[in-house]
Amino acid sequence: MNSSSIVAETFVKLQQKSRTAWQSLRDRSLILVGTATCGRAAGALEILKVIKGELERRGIDAHVLEVGCMGHCYAEPMVTIYKPGFPPICYGYVTEGIAGRLVQDFLAGDDPCLEFALAALEANDMVPALTDFPRGMIEKSIILDKCGLIDPEQIEHYIALGGYAALAGALTREPDRVVEEIKASGLRGRGGAGFPTGRKWETCRLAPGEEKFVICNADEGDPGAFMDRAILESNPHQVLEGLAIAAYAVGARRGYFYIRAEYPLAVERVKKALEQARQYGLLGDNVLGSGFSFDVDVFQGSGAFVCGEETALIASMEGEPGIPRHRPPFPATAGLWGKPTVIDNVKTLAYVPHIVERGAQWFRETGTAGSPGTAVFALAGKVVNTGLAEVPMGTTLRQLVYDVGSGIPKGKSFKAVQIGGPSGGCLPEAALDMPIDFDSLSQAGAMMGSGGMVILDEDDCMVEVARFFLDFTQKESCGKCTMCRLGTRQMLEILEAITKGQGRPEDIDLLLELAEDVKAGSLCGLGKTAPNPVLSTIRYFRDEYEAHIKEHRCPALMCQELIAYYILPEKCERSCDACVGSCPVEAIYSNEDRIKVIDQQKCVKCASCLEACPPQYKAVIKLSPPELVAERGRKV
Amino acid sequence: MKTVTLTIDGRTVQAREGEKLLWAALENGIYIPNLCAIPGVKHPAAACRLCFVEIEGYPRPVTACTEPVVEGMVVSTRSPRVDRLVYTAFELLLSNHRLDCASCPRNRSCELQRIARERRFSLRVKRLRKLERNLQVDDSSPVVRYDPGKCVLCGRCVWACREKGTGVLGFARRGFERKVTTFGDVPLGQSGCNGCGECTRVCPVGALTGKEA
Repeated sequence: MNSSSIVAETFVKLQQKSRTAWQSLRDRSLILVGTATCGRAAGALEILKVIKGELERRGIDAHVLEVGCMGHCYAEPMVTIYKPGFPPICYGYVTEGIAGRLVQDFLAGDDPCLEFALAALEANDMVPALTDFPRGMIEKSIILDKCGLIDPEQIEHYIALGGYAALAGALTREPDRVVEEIKASGLRGRGGAGFPTGRKWETCRLAPGEEKFVICNADEGDPGAFMDRAILESNPHQVLEGLAIAAYAVGARRGYFYIRAEYPLAVERVKKALEQARQYGLLGDNVLGSGFSFDVDVFQGSGAFVCGEETALIASMEGEPGIPRHRPPFPATAGLWGKPTVIDNVKTLAYVPHIVERGAQWFRETGTAGSPGTAVFALAGKVVNTGLAEVPMGTTLRQLVYDVGSGIPKGKSFKAVQIGGPSGGCLPEAALDMPIDFDSLSQAGAMMGSGGMVILDEDDCMVEVARFFLDFTQKESCGKCTMCRLGTRQMLEILEAITKGQGRPEDIDLLLELAEDVKAGSLCGLGKTAPNPVLSTIRYFRDEYEAHIKEHRCPALMCQELIAYYILPEKCERSCDACVGSCPVEAIYSNEDRIKVIDQQKCVKCASCLEACPPQYKAVIKLSPPELVAERGRKV
Repeated sequence: MKTVTLTIDGRTVQAREGEKLLWAALENGIYIPNLCAIPGVKHPAAACRLCFVEIEGYPRPVTACTEPVVEGMVVSTRSPRVDRLVYTAFELLLSNHRLDCASCPRNRSCELQRIARERRFSLRVKRLRKLERNLQVDDSSPVVRYDPGKCVLCGRCVWACREKGTGVLGFARRGFERKVTTFGDVPLGQSGCNGCGECTRVCPVGALTGKEA
C-alpha cells in the first residue's frame, strides 16, 4: 500500500469517528452559547450557568456546547438552539431572564420565544433567516463559516464538517503542486500589506536549507481590530490546518503560533487544538501515515505592536528585543534562527484549507481580479451593529456601513471611516461607493491593514483622530530609526498644537512634508505607514485643520481647548437646577432672572451639565471657538 | 576576492563584490552622510537614515549601508529626493540633540558638524520643534562622561562595548524614550564599566567623551 492510500484510509476512519460524535449531538436538543471574548464580556458565562442550572432543575436532557463568535458581537450574549421539529434559532441580547425563559418555554414547552429571536440559521417558514437580512445577502462566509457553530475545543466537530480533509488531500500531492495551487489562487496576505502568499511560499520552498519554519502571526495589535482573536477562539483548527499545509508545502517540520499574551482565551484554545491534533495523528511524527512530520508550539508575545512586523517578531522569538531589521534578507530566505521562514497572518492561513480543497479557480470566483476572495472586517466605532463581517473583496463601504453595520446610531450623520488601523487612513463620504480591495484602498490613501474599520460620525474631529493614531504609533515605535522615532514625534507635537488652537499657518504643509519623508525614509512597515492617518485626513478634511489653525475653531466640537459650554438663556427652565447639581466644580450659578449661567473661569469642560440638562429643554450647548460665549453674553 | 566596477557620481570605482555600497564609496573618497554604520558588521543597523542614495533602476532612494555593490551599478549620492530625505533625517536628529557646539569637547570633530558642512545644512533647527528630553549628564565614571541629551542613538557604543569592552551598554525603552544606558539603568560608575574608553572613540557626537586631558 502506498503512502497516499494510507493517508486516505487513516483519514476516512477519523472522519467516520468524528461524524458519529457530531451526529450524536442531534438526538436531542442542542444549545450553543457563544463564549468567545466578545460573548464573555457581555456575560455569556453567566448565561451558560443559568441554562445548565435550569436544564438540571427541570430534568431536561439536552446538549450544551460552548462555541465561538458568529460575528454578531453587538448582540452578545448569543444563544442558538437546535430543537428537533424546529429550525435552528439564534437568540441575541440574551439576559439571565431570557435564558431561563428559553429553557422553560422552548425546551420544556414548545414555544420558541420568537420575541427574543434574532434570526434562524436556515431558511424556514417560521422565523426569518440570517440570509434574509440585507447583511446576509452581502456576507459570504469562507473562513468564518464554522465560527460560532462548532465547539472550538472539540476536534471532531471540525473534522465532521469537512475539516482536515484539505491537509489529508495535500499530503497525497507533491509539495510543489500545493504551492502552485496557492499561487494560482492569487491569495494575498491578510495581515495588511497584501503580499502574494504563494510567492512567499515558493521563495521559502526554493531557499536552500534543511531546516525551515512556519509561523502563524497572531500578534493582532490595531486598535479596534479583533478578527484574528475571534477566529482563533472560534475555530483554531482551521488555522492549524492551514499552518500544517504551509509547512508541508515549504518543507518545514516545525511551526509556531505567535499569539499576543493579551489573548489568553485564544492561547488556551489553540493549545487545546494542538493537543487534540496530536492525539488524532494530525500533528507529530508521520502525520496520517504520510511520512511527513510536523509539530507546533505556541509563543506568547508580550504586547509590542511592532512585533507584528515579521523581522521584529522573529527577533522577539529569538530572545532579542522586538526590533525590526532591514529587509532583505526576507524571512522567507533567512528568518527564525537564520533559517527560511514563512510568516502568515491568521486569516491568510485560514483560507488555505479552503483553497487547497476547492481549488484556485473556485477562490478566484469571489472578490476582484487583483484581490480574490473575501475580506474580514471588524466593525467598530459609531455603527449600530458592531462585530465581524466577511464580505467579498470589492464590496462597497456603503454596503458595509449601512447594510452590514445598519448605519450610524442616534440619528447622527456619517463622517468618515478609518480603515486599516494606525497604518490606514480615513475615507470620507465621497468614498462610500468605492469597491474596496487592497489596491483601491491604497490608491485612496488608506490601507486594507488587518481589516479594522472604525466608523466616525459628525461628532468626531478629524484632527483629533489623526492625533489619536499618531499618538499610538509614536508610542509603539521601537525607536530604532530616526525617521520613525523622531518624525512621528514631531508630527504628534504639531497635531497636539493644532488641537489646542496653537497651530501655525505653515503647519499643514510641514505635516505633509514630514509625513512623506517618514513614509519614504523609515526602516520598517510601522514607520512607512504611520503617516497615513495624517495624510488622509489632510487630503479629505483639510478644512477642519484650517478651522483649527485660522479660527481656533473645532468644527466637530470635540477638542477640549477649543470649545466652551454655554447655557441658552431662552431655553433654560428657570425652576430646574439639574445642571447646578451635576457640576463637580460649582461653576454654574443662577443669575438675577434665575437663568443658569456657567462661570467659564471655573468650568472644567466635563460635559456633566450637558448630560444633566433634561432632554425637553436641551439648554446646554457647546460653542467653538470659546470666545463665542462672550459674544453671546453681550447680545443678551 | 572578486571585484566589481561601479559608477558613483560619474566616477568609476572598484569594490569587493558583495560589499555594501556605503563602504565602497567612503573607501574611494566619496562622502555619504552616516552615523550608525560600523565597518565589517554583517547586519547593518540602518537606523540613522542618513546614507540615502539613488541607484539607477531603483524606483526610490535606498540606504547605501544596506545595498551590496553589483557590477555596473550606477549610483548618485545626490538628487533632490535624496537631499530632502537626508535633510529631514538630519534636522530630526538635530531637533533632539542638545546643541552646545561652542563648549562641546567634540567641537570640530563631530559627525553632525561634518554632515552639515558637506551638505551645507544649517546647524540650527528651523522648520521643526525642539524635542529636548530632560536627561541628566552621567559624570559618575572616572574616565567617561555621558551626556544622553546629545546621543543620536546610532548604537556604535553598544557595539564597541560588546566587542571590546565589558558589554555594559545597551538600549532601553522604546520610541522617543529609547536611550543608551547600562543594565538596570545605573550610573556608568556603578555599572561594571572597566573604563576602556572604546565607546568614546566610536561615538560620532559629543554624547560619550573621555575625561583625560
